[in-house]
Amino acid sequence: MDTTTAPRTAGMRKRSSWSLLGEQAVEAAIRLSGISAIVFVLAIFLFIFREAAPVVFSDQFNPLEFLFSVQWYPTSAVDIRYGTLALTAGTAGVTLLAMVLAVPFGLGAAIFVSEFCGPRVRESLKVVIELLAAIPSVVWGFVALTVVSRLMVEYTSAPVGVNMLNGGIILALMSVPIIVSIGEDALRAVPDSYREAAVAMGATRWQLVFRVLLPAAKNGLLAAVLLGVGRAVGETMAVLMATGHAVQMPHGILDSVRTLTANIAAELGEAPAGSDHYRILFLTGIQLFVITFAVNLTADLVVRGTRRK
Amino acid sequence: MSSATPSVAAARPDGRPPFAETAFGRRKLRQEQAARSVFLLMTILMIVPLVAIVTHLVAEAWPALSLEFLLDVPRNRMTEGGIWSALVGTIYLVVISLAVAAPIGILAAVYLNEYAKDTWFNRIINLAVINLAGVPSIVHALFGLGAFVYAARLGFSVMAASLTLAIMTLPVIIASTREALAAVPMSFREACWNVGASRWQTIQGVVLPNSISGILTGIILQVSRAAGETAPVMFTGAVLYKAVERGTLFPYYLDDQCMALSMHLYVLTTQVPGLAHAIPYATAVVLLGSVLLVNAAAIALRVWLRHRKRW
Repeated sequence: MDTTTAPRTAGMRKRSSWSLLGEQAVEAAIRLSGISAIVFVLAIFLFIFREAAPVVFSDQFNPLEFLFSVQWYPTSAVDIRYGTLALTAGTAGVTLLAMVLAVPFGLGAAIFVSEFCGPRVRESLKVVIELLAAIPSVVWGFVALTVVSRLMVEYTSAPVGVNMLNGGIILALMSVPIIVSIGEDALRAVPDSYREAAVAMGATRWQLVFRVLLPAAKNGLLAAVLLGVGRAVGETMAVLMATGHAVQMPHGILDSVRTLTANIAAELGEAPAGSDHYRILFLTGIQLFVITFAVNLTADLVVRGTRRK
Repeated sequence: MSSATPSVAAARPDGRPPFAETAFGRRKLRQEQAARSVFLLMTILMIVPLVAIVTHLVAEAWPALSLEFLLDVPRNRMTEGGIWSALVGTIYLVVISLAVAAPIGILAAVYLNEYAKDTWFNRIINLAVINLAGVPSIVHALFGLGAFVYAARLGFSVMAASLTLAIMTLPVIIASTREALAAVPMSFREACWNVGASRWQTIQGVVLPNSISGILTGIILQVSRAAGETAPVMFTGAVLYKAVERGTLFPYYLDDQCMALSMHLYVLTTQVPGLAHAIPYATAVVLLGSVLLVNAAAIALRVWLRHRKRW
């Protein structure tokens, strides 16, 4: 790139060579930082894979069993098994439950914030949403253990308060702010002329929302939901504390489950570095990395689809 | 603006609708109100938990909250005393991680916003930023363990944990800085180039001074995120318990392990039997309170700056 954009004229004072050298150094640093994101994404994958590799390339490793067996007995004395299906099912179940709770409320709140309130109320609501999004996950986990689990035992037939429903409720509360803020952006991106046309035709707000806004903003809203899913899948501490610790296929929403993330957090401390168990945990990390990568990539493509229009 | 769309109930001075009421008009009005109340209800249901949780936590924590609780160290197997060692550990982790992440993040954003052309390579960088932002925190923990603790031989230490946090906060700093840079009008840059300034001189003299407040807001928001994260520090440098002196300002070295507030809360709730009921609540309130305060400060800064913006 040029260091000067205008042609130098005779009367101009020349910059000292130190100043030019300094500028080149800064620009080099900028370029270097520019590629840092790529470097770190690759490094994350490589370093995690490096820890997992010895077990992946060993003879006993069976990828089908790893992905599709429900038997997870990492510390058994006689029969060690590393099947992650129950953990994947736990992640899927908790995420699904969270989305069932969060999507209607999140989108409803997004519609309210974007369509039904004045600028002052909107700004205050956005601040509240931002604060809600800032609550640390370990505080949510604490709330799950102390408040939600007590309510759970009191009002449901659950034998213990920490279960899939508890995790779902907490994750729903955690992903609602993302869904609201991205969903609101998507709704605001719908041109006002659409709204004016609908109102001029005599449409009620109901009809305006359901026949005009939702179809027009559907890609952005889908991206909002996907980012909520991404957050729910990747969440660790809150689900670790909320869902109980049983590695089992869930049969109902009041069963205890364990998710992929919680499993790593629970067992990494006890697995000796370099053991098979330790390496398998890194492998489940790659599994998680791939899942969230796919979800976020889809969300990004969906959002870009809306922008191009 | 959507809020300005005329409603059916646009009133005459006597409050009645401007046209003669018909059954159709009344039904429409009812539908309007029904729609509004349904969506209002959904919004309220989202806010109620926030208020309820904060009130409940503060109420339960009240007996233990005091300045002494902040300044004292945990005593008697963490069943008594305060949280100083964890509090100061969290400050260490946050300061070091942001000291690493902020310069790289700002420079990367400058590259993406000021230098990068729309090539396939830069599109890949964008994609990498987005995906880095979506990596689960426990995966960051695995990376920190594999890369910093073992491969870089930093061991379980303040340094390894801070670097892990730095990589976690980096993509968000890049995104918020880019937004701040993009808000500086193109005409500012053009004016500067036209008097003969080079690209970097323009950035240094015009773009950064005009966006520094937005950049700072983004970084302040990451302070609260870094302070709240548990999983990434749990396996890279934070420990259950470390003895430090009450109120001391520099208890840890960079290669020491440290305590962290977020992990302390996790440990208190799950692994310490027989402690006073109010202590974990008070720890949660301190963590939540400091995170929300920092966020509120960033929001206030942003609102204030928006008001005094001149273009």
